[in-house]
Amino acid sequence: MSASSIIFYCISAFILGAAILSVTTTKIFRAAIWLLFSLIGIAGLYFWMQVQFVAAVQIVVYVGGIVVLIIFSIFLTQQSGAEMPKPKLKTIIFSLLATLLGIGFTYNLINQYGFSGEPIKPFAVSVSDIGTQMLSTSQYGFVLPFEVVSMLLLAAMVGCIVIAMKASPGDDSSAVNGKINKAQTSPDLTSVTNILTTPAKEMEEIAE
Amino acid sequence: MSTVPLTHILFVSTSLFFIGMYGLFTRRNMITMLMSIELILNSVNINFVAFNKYLYPDKLDGVFFSIFIVAIAAAEAAVAIAIIINLYRSHRSIDVEDAAEMKF
Repeated sequence: MSASSIIFYCISAFILGAAILSVTTTKIFRAAIWLLFSLIGIAGLYFWMQVQFVAAVQIVVYVGGIVVLIIFSIFLTQQSGAEMPKPKLKTIIFSLLATLLGIGFTYNLINQYGFSGEPIKPFAVSVSDIGTQMLSTSQYGFVLPFEVVSMLLLAAMVGCIVIAMKASPGDDSSAVNGKINKAQTSPDLTSVTNILTTPAKEMEEIAE
Repeated sequence: MSTVPLTHILFVSTSLFFIGMYGLFTRRNMITMLMSIELILNSVNINFVAFNKYLYPDKLDGVFFSIFIVAIAAAEAAVAIAIIINLYRSHRSIDVEDAAEMKF
């Protein structure tokens, strides 16, 4: 057994252990931290597979973005140390049964398919190749999905702001129904625009 | 260099997928269900990169798919958290059992 395979099995054990702890712990903040460790382990697995760019994306987006977002939402929605109620024993038994059945079925499938064990040749991926193919408009270029994903991110950003926007005080019951209509005519926005435009007027007065 | 067969990587990603499924089955808190979904998406990413490395070393399609999945997962997590925060404002709870108005 070479050092490389020992490293692989260590990383895998770390990923799976952290993931199991993340779905079984009863404290929600600890679940988020275990998820963080599991994602770092997956980034380590990408480093082991020599795809450094995907590993860097994994660390930047997941560890730096999504987990931080999840931790912030935990802080915003409930006490961070609160215990969650344990699931019922019947639920645990049946979901364990279902997942073990699924693991066994998939294990059987993978074993019987007979993949070739070793890589055919060394896999070297350079960042410049990724960038060239990502933005190329030729046959195997990925410029169309790239643009579609950028539109999706813009739409998600606007949608998040609209969904999570706080209703103006005073109309808490009807705020859910007509939030978008009210947001355009709400006095808050006009006051904001007043504040934004007043310095310009003052500047003009000072100049006169 | 790597003497680990492809099937072992596939076993790891399969186990990760079903751990996420277990979390999705047992959890009743929306944020922890979102964490389980992130685990499932990551297991799919591992599969894409492993297949690309072992079976098609000349191409880069698996790497592109994993990058796009990461981008879509980020958008999905942001929208889900916005919905959760809005739900917490109106229901004072993020339990799925307490938010059953849209069920029927």
